[in-house]
Amino acid sequence: MTLSANLAPIAMAEHGTAGGDIGAGTPMIQVERLSKAYGDGFQALKEVDLTIRRGEIFALLGPNGAGKTTLISVICGLVNATSGSVKVDGFDNVTQYREARERIGLVPQELTNEAFTTVWDTVSFSRGLFGKPKDPAHIENVLRALTLWDKRDNRLLELSGGMKRRVLIAKALSHKPQVLFLDEPTAGVDVELRREMWEVVRGLRDQGVTIILTTHYIEEAEEMADRIGVIRRGELVLVEEKSTLMRQLGRKELTLHLATPLDAVPAALAGHDLVLTEEGHALVYTYDVTHLDEGTGIAGLLADLEATGIRVKDLHTRQSSLEEIFVNLVRERT
Amino acid sequence: MNLQSVKTIYLAEMARSLRTVLQSIVSPVVSTSLYFVVFGAAIGSRISEVDGVSYGAFIVPGLIMLMLLTQSVSTASFGIFFPRFSGTIYEILSAPISYFEVVLGYVGAAATKSVILGLIVLGTARLFVSFSIEYPLVMLLFLILTALTFSLLGFIIGIWADGFEKLQLVPLLIVTPLTFLGGTFYSIDMLPDFWQAVTLLNPVVYLVSGFRWSFYGSGDVSIWASLAIITLFLGVALAVISWIFRTGYRLKP
Repeated sequence: MTLSANLAPIAMAEHGTAGGDIGAGTPMIQVERLSKAYGDGFQALKEVDLTIRRGEIFALLGPNGAGKTTLISVICGLVNATSGSVKVDGFDNVTQYREARERIGLVPQELTNEAFTTVWDTVSFSRGLFGKPKDPAHIENVLRALTLWDKRDNRLLELSGGMKRRVLIAKALSHKPQVLFLDEPTAGVDVELRREMWEVVRGLRDQGVTIILTTHYIEEAEEMADRIGVIRRGELVLVEEKSTLMRQLGRKELTLHLATPLDAVPAALAGHDLVLTEEGHALVYTYDVTHLDEGTGIAGLLADLEATGIRVKDLHTRQSSLEEIFVNLVRERT
Repeated sequence: MNLQSVKTIYLAEMARSLRTVLQSIVSPVVSTSLYFVVFGAAIGSRISEVDGVSYGAFIVPGLIMLMLLTQSVSTASFGIFFPRFSGTIYEILSAPISYFEVVLGYVGAAATKSVILGLIVLGTARLFVSFSIEYPLVMLLFLILTALTFSLLGFIIGIWADGFEKLQLVPLLIVTPLTFLGGTFYSIDMLPDFWQAVTLLNPVVYLVSGFRWSFYGSGDVSIWASLAIITLFLGVALAVISWIFRTGYRLKP
C-alpha cells in the first residue's frame, strides 16, 4: 500500500497554521460545557469539555448511541447546541461560522452521495461549495492519493462501498481543511480496506492535518490514535494519551510456565496473588502497573519461587489491550 | 457574500436540469402543445372571442402561468428535498455559507429554469396562434417574480416534506387546482356572481390576470392588485424561509 506516499500536497496550505508544533498557539478545537438535548428530551451531550491539539489523531471511543456523532455534528454545524460553545482554530462555530467551517472537513458515517454524478464532479462541487476557486491540480492530487484517479469519470453508483467511502474523504479534503472529522470511517469495512483507511489517515496526519475519528472498534483507536476520549451516555468520561491510558489503567500478567505441574498453589507462595492455570502447568501473577513506584512484587515472587524449589521453564508478560481497559472502565463507572 | 458557493450550487442545480433535459424541458413543451391542440384548436374554434382576443390567444398567458407555477414548485422542492432524502445535505449544512446563500443558489436555479421554460412555451404557443405582447417588460417582470415566488414556495415544501408523498401533495392538491380555477382557461366574468367572489380569494387569479394584462392590456383585476398580491406572496415566502433557517426546522435538530 503506497497511499501515504502519494498524499504529498493534498492538505492545508490555504490557511496559515499556528506553527505546527503540537500544543502551540490556539488549540485546533476547543469545546466548552457543551450540552445537547434533542426535541424529545433525550440528553445526547452533557457539559462536554474537550480540547483537540493541532496535528494529533484523536479517537472518540464509545458504544453506539453514546453521543459521538452528536458531538461531531455540533462542532461541524449540523446540529444546534443547547448550551456551551465550540471554537475552531479560535473561531466560534456559531458567530464566526464561516471561518470555523472552512477549516473543517467532514466525512459522515453514512455513505451518502449523489448517485448519478461523477467522482470528479462531486469532488469539484464540494470545493466550490466551500467557496474555493477551481483547482483541478489539487483535485487530481486528492483523487490520486485516494486511488480514485482511474475512477474519476465513473458515476458514483458504479463504485464499490470502499470507493464511495474514499470519495467522501476526497470531498472532505477538496477545500484543504486543517481538521478532518471521520465518523466511523471503517464501520462495515473489511479488514484490508480498514488497513488502507488507516494508511490514508496516517498520511494526512503526517501532513499536519488534525484528525478526529469516532469509532466503537477499540482496535482502531489503539492502532491509530495519539489520544483517546471515551464517551458514555453523553459524558466524556476520560481523555488521555493512548500510551498513558495503556500504562495507567493497564494490568499486566506474568505467566510462569512450570517444568512440573502442581496440584495447588504452594503454601509458601500464598502471600502472592497467584492463579494456577493450564492444568497446573502455569502460574499467573497479575499486577497493576499503576503502582509501579510501590514495586511490582515480581522480585519477591521470584525469590520465593527459588526458595520453594519450583522450576520455571519459561515466562512471559502481557499487557491488557485497550479493549480490556475500556471494558473495565465502563464496568467501574456503572 | 460567498459568491463562489452560490455559483457552485446554482450551476450544479442547472446541470441537474440539463441531465434530465427530457423531463425538464421536453415534457412541459409537449404538454403545452397538447393544451393548444385540445383547448385552442378543438374547443377554441367553438368559442368566438374572450375580452376582445381570440380564445387561442386568450389562454396563452394562463398556460404559461400554469407551467411556470408547477415547474417552479416541483424543481425547487425536489432540489432541496433530494439532498435531505439522500443525506448529502450534511455537506450544505457544514459549508461556510449563509442560509441566504443556500436559498439563492437553489431558488435562483429553479427560478431560472422556470423562466427559460416559460419563454420556450411562449415560443411554442406562437407556432399555434398569433398574439402580441403589449407590455413586454411587465410580462418579464411577472414571469420572474412568479418564478421566484413559487420557487421559494417549492423550497419550503421541499424542506417540509418528509417523504415523496408529501412532496407531491401540495403541487397536486393545491397548486394545480388553484391554477385551473384561477382563470387560466376562462375569464372570471364568465362565472356567476357568487363564484366570481369566491374566485377572488384565489391568489393565482391575480397572477394570471396581471400576466394577461401585460399581453393584451386588460385583465380580470387591476394590474396593481396583481402586483400587490405577488409581492405579498414573495414577502410571506421569504418570511417563512427565514423562520425555517432561524429555527433549523427539519434541517438542524
